[in-house]
Amino acid sequence: MRRYVYIDDSDQQDLYCDNRISNRKYTILNFLPKNLWEQFSRFMNQYFLLIACLQLWSLITPVNPASTWGPLIFIFAVSATKEAWDDYNRYLSDKQANEKEVWVVKQGTKKQIQAQDIHVGNIVWLRENDEVPCDLVLIGTSEPQGICFIETAALDGETDLKTRVIPSACMGIASELLHKIKGVIECSNPDKDIRRFDANLRLFPPFIDNDLCPLTINNTLLQSCYLRNTEWACGVAVYTGNETKLGMSRGIPEPKLTAVDAMIDKLIGAIFLFQIVVVIVLGIAGNVWKDTEARKQWYVMYPTEGPWYELLVIPLRFELLCSIMIPISIKVSLDLVKSLYAKFIDWDEEMYDEETTTPSHATNTAISEDLGQVEYILTDKTGTLTENRMIFRRCCINGIFYGNESGDALKDKELLNAVGSNNPDVIRFLTVMALCNTVVPLKSKSGVISYKAQSQDEDALVHAAARLHMVLVNKNGNILEINFNGLVILYEILDTLEFTSDRKRMSVVVKDCQNEKLILLSKGADEAILPCAVSGKQVRTFVEAVEQYAQLGLRTLCLAWRELREDEYKEWSLMFKDANSTFVDREWKLAEVCQRLEHDLEILGITAIEDHLQDGVPETIETLRKAGINFWMLTGDKQNTAIQIALSCNFISPEPKGQLLLINGKSEDEVCRSIERVLLTMKITTSEPKDVAFVVDGWALEIALKHHRHAFTELAILSRTAICCRVTPSQKAQLVELLKTCDYKTLAIGDGGNDVRMIQQADIGVGISGREGLQAARAADYSIGKFKFLKRLILVHGRYSYNRTAFLSQYSFYKSLLICFIQIFFSFISGVSGTSLFNSVSLMAYNVFYTSIPVVVSVLDKDLSERTVMEHPQILFYCQAGRLLNPSTFAGWFGRSLFHALVVFVVSIHAYADEKSEMDELSMVALSGCIWLQAFVMTMETNSFTILQHLAIWGNLAFFYIINCIVSTIPSAGMYTIMFRLCKQPSYWITMILIVTAGMGPVLALKYFRFTYRSSAINKLQQAERLCGPILSLGNVEPQLRSIEKDVASLSITQPKNRNPVYEPLLSDSPTATRRSLGPSTSFDFFQGTQSRLSSTYSRNCKDN
Amino acid sequence: MDVEVRSTSGSGGGTLPVPIYRRRSNAYYRFTQQNLPACKPVLTPGLVITIFLLTGVIFIPIGLMALRASQSVVEIVYRYDTDCIHESFRSNKVAYIKDRSISKNCTQFLKVQKHMKAPIYIYYQLDNYYQNHRRYVKSRSDRQLLHGLKYNDISSCQPEESNNGLPIVPCGLIAWSLFNDTYTFSRETAELKVNRKNIAWKSDREHKFGKDVYPFNFQNGTLVGGGKLNPNVPLSEQEDLIVWMRTAALPSFRKLYGRIEVDLEAGELLSVKFVNNYNTYSFGGKKKLVLSTSGWLGGKNDFLGVAYIAVGCCCIFISLLFMLLHVRNSRIFFGKYH
Repeated sequence: MRRYVYIDDSDQQDLYCDNRISNRKYTILNFLPKNLWEQFSRFMNQYFLLIACLQLWSLITPVNPASTWGPLIFIFAVSATKEAWDDYNRYLSDKQANEKEVWVVKQGTKKQIQAQDIHVGNIVWLRENDEVPCDLVLIGTSEPQGICFIETAALDGETDLKTRVIPSACMGIASELLHKIKGVIECSNPDKDIRRFDANLRLFPPFIDNDLCPLTINNTLLQSCYLRNTEWACGVAVYTGNETKLGMSRGIPEPKLTAVDAMIDKLIGAIFLFQIVVVIVLGIAGNVWKDTEARKQWYVMYPTEGPWYELLVIPLRFELLCSIMIPISIKVSLDLVKSLYAKFIDWDEEMYDEETTTPSHATNTAISEDLGQVEYILTDKTGTLTENRMIFRRCCINGIFYGNESGDALKDKELLNAVGSNNPDVIRFLTVMALCNTVVPLKSKSGVISYKAQSQDEDALVHAAARLHMVLVNKNGNILEINFNGLVILYEILDTLEFTSDRKRMSVVVKDCQNEKLILLSKGADEAILPCAVSGKQVRTFVEAVEQYAQLGLRTLCLAWRELREDEYKEWSLMFKDANSTFVDREWKLAEVCQRLEHDLEILGITAIEDHLQDGVPETIETLRKAGINFWMLTGDKQNTAIQIALSCNFISPEPKGQLLLINGKSEDEVCRSIERVLLTMKITTSEPKDVAFVVDGWALEIALKHHRHAFTELAILSRTAICCRVTPSQKAQLVELLKTCDYKTLAIGDGGNDVRMIQQADIGVGISGREGLQAARAADYSIGKFKFLKRLILVHGRYSYNRTAFLSQYSFYKSLLICFIQIFFSFISGVSGTSLFNSVSLMAYNVFYTSIPVVVSVLDKDLSERTVMEHPQILFYCQAGRLLNPSTFAGWFGRSLFHALVVFVVSIHAYADEKSEMDELSMVALSGCIWLQAFVMTMETNSFTILQHLAIWGNLAFFYIINCIVSTIPSAGMYTIMFRLCKQPSYWITMILIVTAGMGPVLALKYFRFTYRSSAINKLQQAERLCGPILSLGNVEPQLRSIEKDVASLSITQPKNRNPVYEPLLSDSPTATRRSLGPSTSFDFFQGTQSRLSSTYSRNCKDN
Repeated sequence: MDVEVRSTSGSGGGTLPVPIYRRRSNAYYRFTQQNLPACKPVLTPGLVITIFLLTGVIFIPIGLMALRASQSVVEIVYRYDTDCIHESFRSNKVAYIKDRSISKNCTQFLKVQKHMKAPIYIYYQLDNYYQNHRRYVKSRSDRQLLHGLKYNDISSCQPEESNNGLPIVPCGLIAWSLFNDTYTFSRETAELKVNRKNIAWKSDREHKFGKDVYPFNFQNGTLVGGGKLNPNVPLSEQEDLIVWMRTAALPSFRKLYGRIEVDLEAGELLSVKFVNNYNTYSFGGKKKLVLSTSGWLGGKNDFLGVAYIAVGCCCIFISLLFMLLHVRNSRIFFGKYH
């Protein structure tokens, strides 16, 4: 399907939507049903709704339905209000955009209308600094060369100015005539690719131009860009409203679920099952008791004949009674604390990049816990590990090396002399540097020239050329003005053969305006340029130069040129035009055509550009590797450059400590053999404390992923470090996917547009808001200014978030179970009839107020100081392995709630027996017992008390008494005077003290015993930190035992890692025993070439850093 | 030509808002940096051992005091439901209690073992009586008790809500099953005065039970449950009802019947005249008469005292255990490092 846009034709106006932008999710009418539907698609909400509905049946409800409806409506109202507020803000910003006044030509007359009334085909006029209201095809500008500059920051985050040109067919049309222009634009249907626009333009008489004029993205002004440095521009609207490129790429990202959330859901499921069991057991017991006992109790007056549902009544009552087992407040509390974690990241001044004044930002507020559980970090190199501030350092011109001594070619006397003496080789070299690019020079009023470059490499080259007196002064349409030693040289650019990541080179065809000579100037990666060199010419020196520079970790570019014959160019030019106006596979066809020109090149030389490592990168990587995180580097760079960078930032250790294993090969067999060899080596070296890493290039990776996925997965699991060079964005994403299928938590970090897919694919995407724009940072869950902040993000924020959520969620379960167990115990002394010991108000307030306020303050808790964590990153292991939140720890909390319920219940019913056994009093005694225990459990589980925590814990206790005293003054309330009565009794206070001591004593004793005699690494660090003592034997905190038992024959890729997060302090405290192990020694079978099965036993014991 | 070249390309600046951290208040700033001053208690052996030792040392005396308070309370418990039954009906107690023609009077003698100081509380105790049963505990209408017929919605009183179309006042199972045994005490020859006033909570009398609500049709129906009420006395003065309506949470409970406001000497013989009306025979419940004095902890209840002593002993035991462990471990520790 194609779209035909007739310029300024009112007939087809209604064919396409108008320019009303709508980002709204709801309208006023559908808000309630749609929002409710969305909320009820969650299981938890369905469950609570069911409970709330059951409670409306007064025969079975143990408490007032308000006790569930209240919180339920509150929770729903909170999230609905949030949604509504967000939607309202979206509406406001839409409205602002929609009602903006724009100048539009309609039926030949120019008038001002609101932006929302623009229709496809209208001609829109823009002034300088105007925002583009919809996607336009440029047809005229104020500049005589038909160019204009736009800033696309809102679209792709790139802050440089981009040049847009009017199509050749519109060239030279006077601005007055632009009103009357008629024609048709044939373009594809709306899509979201902001880098592509394949269309054709044909003008109608009187502007007849028989040629079909091809249009590219360079002829467009996309919505949300800004017109800069151009007085005016006008264009034809082709896509409007939500069909623009921006509108189409707008999408609601899939919500990511953290491992912690998944575990909480699992635990909720388990509680739900437990609840069902309790309900069934008690339901049966209740019915039996009713038939055997209750019928004799004449005062209960059971009817002899009940309705048909009579058998269900008691189980349903227990269902309702036990429904509080699943804390209704947990999701709200979790959402609240999660947004607080995100705020802490935003606020953190230690992650504030002074240089670029960018704070860290958590875009996704829901996944902070996952940061603490990261196992694999996949990092981009350029701009992520390095600064992406390119500096021209060395060059090799025609076999002569410059800059080798001083390390800076710009200061090399020889080169300066060569420039001064007009050495033709050097001049040609410099000409390519200055011309072969897409840099836009901007001259300010004071005469200072600044460059706008899309690529940092080009920027560096142009600057270097300028320092060597070959200054790119002006770009006037297709005319380039060069100032060489005061001499002005003009070149006309005829064609630009653009850079693509597949071609890995770019070329321009220029005409020297002095001698009318046609020249092809090329620059690109060595392997893309050298094969195109003139045959027979020696390229060995250049290959050596490339090798040498790569060894130093420099980025190399190969520069070349060729003089073109007039006829050759003309013939090619036609083909190029042709390819340019095709719709199908335009990119591929263009590449093919370009290839026809780029041959027999004369190699001029090699440039070497240095890209500095960012501050603190080696330290960060070392720390995170100590924390047990595995690093993979994915880069588009050359193997040698990548390895050099890897060495310099502690990624891999130099020989003999480290060992690099190369996987290469061009064919399937070679790659297969290579992988097998590497696997074998890895298995042999597993026992040695050696740092083994494998290096794979994009080509081999392609084959490995396609044909040897099993073996490669195996390798991926075995290797702590990997370097993948020459990989494409989609391969990066594939690698992330591969690790994810092995059930590893992955974090992808990058800075450029080529990392976006990897970032979106990974469990956690981190973007560096760096020089390549904000594209990555926008797509990411977290954006940071510098790579080094990753350390703090993971070790401090990730770890704390995990710890806090682990505590908060389990504590929520604990408190709900506690009150529920008491209800269950009470049912045994109330004839298993489902009487609620607590009244409705207390039950509701218990979950919503009394217990949720202190627990939210636990977000301030720190088990260890930030400094200690940074110094001993190994303890991140506890988070990675999920030691603080798993079925085993939950069992501990479950046991504790059972024990506490027993204590509260037994003490209450015995202390308040006989004449004191009044229902309201007893219930209040039990409730206050629970609240007291809560306060002390919180106190015991808090590691560091700030004033807020004291306030929350003890304030909450006081708040409980204040609230209950207030309620006790209301005569119509059920518990009128109860609290006063109790507070006056010494026996009440004595009972409270007894409950607290009996409840907390064993907990304290157990905790102390574990802390002192079965202490985990965290405990040891706590002791050391607080007592300023030495750290004893922390050495064996994390000897990650990675042994794998897998049979290749039955190996499945989705086989989960064998990792036991269960913390069994009394059986085996060392984490060693449980990480990814099935047994002390495991067998592994694999095939060799002859299909004979060899069996070797191995276990890999990773280096204990 | 001297050209100053300045790079402006991709200056990395974001469109992200740049917050300026104004140190509005130090505390808020430290909060945002998660850096509030905090105290980090640590479980040192000394601290834990001291806590347990101290708890034990404090708990045992409190326990002893509580036990003494409980022991000093003098209590006479007498189960009369088995004794106050005619010999001939021993085998069929339910028929006995249901037969209205038989006189339910019965006189028994209680011996005062110890000197009992006034006021002496008279309780009746019911065992195996589920006042906390869900059907029972819900079957009442607090608003009807206060407002009488002005309040019409008595659906909560099921199955004892109305009679001949009129709501029963007071409605519900609890009121309907009102306890109706009575006791009269006499010392040797003279009758012992029992104060039956002020046995219910003052708050209940004043705010929970209506002053102008009269039980005009109470127990008029076909099924008569427990006690009857004087229709000419407003609910707020029907103290037995008010006491009964305070449901007990346990299946065994005591309710106040009255007070004896003179001391009873040790060795005195009390004669109690029971009117044994209330049916506990059908479900095997027990009825007891309790005479008890009161201490600062209330009635006779050894639980708190015993529990305190037990917990105190446990604490001391644990602290000793930890002390031992600590000594042994530090010896090993020193042995290892010296």
